[in-house]
Amino acid sequence: MTDFFGVPLPALFGQLVLGLVNGSFYAVLSLGLAVIFGMLNIINFAHGALYMMGALFTWMFMEYLGIGYWWSLVLAPLSVGIIGIAIERLLLQWLYKLDHLYGLLLTFGLALILEGFFRHLYGVAGQPYSIPDELSGAINLGFMFLPKYRAWIIFASLAVCLVTWYVIEKTRLGAYLRAATENPALTQAFGINVPLMVMLTYGFGVGLAGLAGVLAAPATQVGPLMGSNLIITVFAVVVIGGMGSILGSILTGLGLGLIEGLTKVFYPEASATVVFIIMAIVLMFRPAGLFGREK
Amino acid sequence: MKLKLIALAVTAALATTAQAQISDKVVKIGVLTDMSGVYSDIAGQGTVEATKLAIEDFKAQAKPDFAIEVVAADHQNKGDVSSNKAREWFDREKVDVITELVTTSTALAVMKVAKEKNKLALISGAASTRITNEDCNDVTVHWTYDTYAVSNGTAKAVVKQGGKSWFFLTADYAFGHSLEKDAAEVVTANGGKVLGAVRHPFPGSDFSSFLLKAQGSGAQVIGLANAGADTMNSIKQAAEFGVTPKQSLAGLLMFISDIHGLGLKTTQTMYMTDGFYWDMNKETRDWSKRYFDKMKKMPTMVQAGMYSAVMHYLKAVKAVGSDDTQKVMAQMKKTPVNDFFAKNGKIRDDGRMVHDMYLVQIKKPEESKYAWDYYNVRATIPAAEAFQPLSASRCPLIKK
Repeated sequence: MTDFFGVPLPALFGQLVLGLVNGSFYAVLSLGLAVIFGMLNIINFAHGALYMMGALFTWMFMEYLGIGYWWSLVLAPLSVGIIGIAIERLLLQWLYKLDHLYGLLLTFGLALILEGFFRHLYGVAGQPYSIPDELSGAINLGFMFLPKYRAWIIFASLAVCLVTWYVIEKTRLGAYLRAATENPALTQAFGINVPLMVMLTYGFGVGLAGLAGVLAAPATQVGPLMGSNLIITVFAVVVIGGMGSILGSILTGLGLGLIEGLTKVFYPEASATVVFIIMAIVLMFRPAGLFGREK
Repeated sequence: MKLKLIALAVTAALATTAQAQISDKVVKIGVLTDMSGVYSDIAGQGTVEATKLAIEDFKAQAKPDFAIEVVAADHQNKGDVSSNKAREWFDREKVDVITELVTTSTALAVMKVAKEKNKLALISGAASTRITNEDCNDVTVHWTYDTYAVSNGTAKAVVKQGGKSWFFLTADYAFGHSLEKDAAEVVTANGGKVLGAVRHPFPGSDFSSFLLKAQGSGAQVIGLANAGADTMNSIKQAAEFGVTPKQSLAGLLMFISDIHGLGLKTTQTMYMTDGFYWDMNKETRDWSKRYFDKMKKMPTMVQAGMYSAVMHYLKAVKAVGSDDTQKVMAQMKKTPVNDFFAKNGKIRDDGRMVHDMYLVQIKKPEESKYAWDYYNVRATIPAAEAFQPLSASRCPLIKK
């Protein structure tokens, strides 16, 4: 059998595919953060909690209403998005003119409240959620058994990321959005309803977090703390990619998933730290991130 | 002069009786636990309710002439928060005994304060064997379980069932390492072989990479030397990646709340060691149902053990007619523990309460007939075998 630095190639490929699965989560989550930061200048620390709510809603729809996975895939992100819009209207809109720090503190507080609320309701052990029948089982790739559900995660995430990127970079709607970011006053003067766009952008951004939550529900235990475990890594991804860069966040998300996967092969103990080491190095040489532009 | 003498004698008499009595006529119990974090399901509010049940029963049975109060606080799984709270309770609030203390770091911190203030610590939730070895003292009792007891039972049983080759999935911090070490020793001592181990960061959420490594090792058994959410995610993902049922999993520290959270479909046929199961006999069922009425969940061993510890303590206070730490401790050590939780349990000089443990196998979904019907109890591990023998003790209080 062929080896790569003492690791059999099939094992290496297997780990890389798994890295891609994790990278998909990073990509969808950091994409949401990047969209929100790009348009609203808000560092959305509640992102992890909203991701958790996406997963919990999926579970609650099944448990209380008998709504299955496929419907949840639409309904849960929609519900999270609506909650996001409420948050934007009631709280965030007053903070745009202030320093980033205020938005960060507010959303961090919100995250704690949301987590505390669901912990109070359901405890910390979490709830089980089964993989939908259509996606149970595994595909034999020759070098590994890839559960179909994991393949679906990669596919669904990439599709969502590409569509988002296309809409923002290539369509008229996207052009309005970008204009509104660049110069809100001027865009408003052209007759475009900037506050509405900002509100919908936030709703969409957190809706992405909700979607990642739905995708995660069958793969991990659905519990109130699942978001806080992930969010710090995702922030590192955003920083590496460059705050506010759409394509940057997608590519860095996937790339870091792969690097993390490789670390798990060669030195698993460092797999939780490697992202932050890369972050430190990137910040030293490119303070605006790999894909960010310095202002 | 005569009058003065009489007065003096009366005062002296009063003083001595007062000494033998309970200070300020109140016994105050402090429950210091994780109210909101990762261990709030296995300990948390449930241990407060268990304490209250113990007090309720004690009052009904023993009709004590002293009042009993409970205070509770969240230690957030932090050692410094715990020792500050312990000082405040002992110094200002006249707390006589601090109980529960899930998470080893909090237990070690409070034990030290208790020793300094000459007050009692009754530990239920913490896992490390350090509590009764390197860090043991004469004011602490470790009541419910420790890493030795839970890993020893499971590892031995699984090796005997033919699971000879092992691979460990270990949480990369002190607790995980000690659990792995304790289990690995048992595996090799019983003729098994340890093929390797992989250390995962704590806490983790994705275990698939580590499971793939474990799968690649070809070991028959994958020992999960982690706890809580990490164990649960490992089990769930092992099923997804087809690791189980070809290889079997052994959870080295699991609680009934974990099984409830994961569901039987994922956990079926796994072995684990538990110190308590609600559905053992009439006594355990009766108590657990009372507990269930309050908490809407069945108790974990930590919560059931809490009742047992508080009850034993209160009985000792009543028997010696004093809340003096050393007198109560002597009485507690002298009397065997007999209640629904433990039969003929005994507190050793290293502070370890030894009692029977149970090797259980998780039922298949079709075997489970009613809510919380999760365990097939496969064996009772007698107290003498369940815990680390005194001959191996590293506790300075044990003279060899």
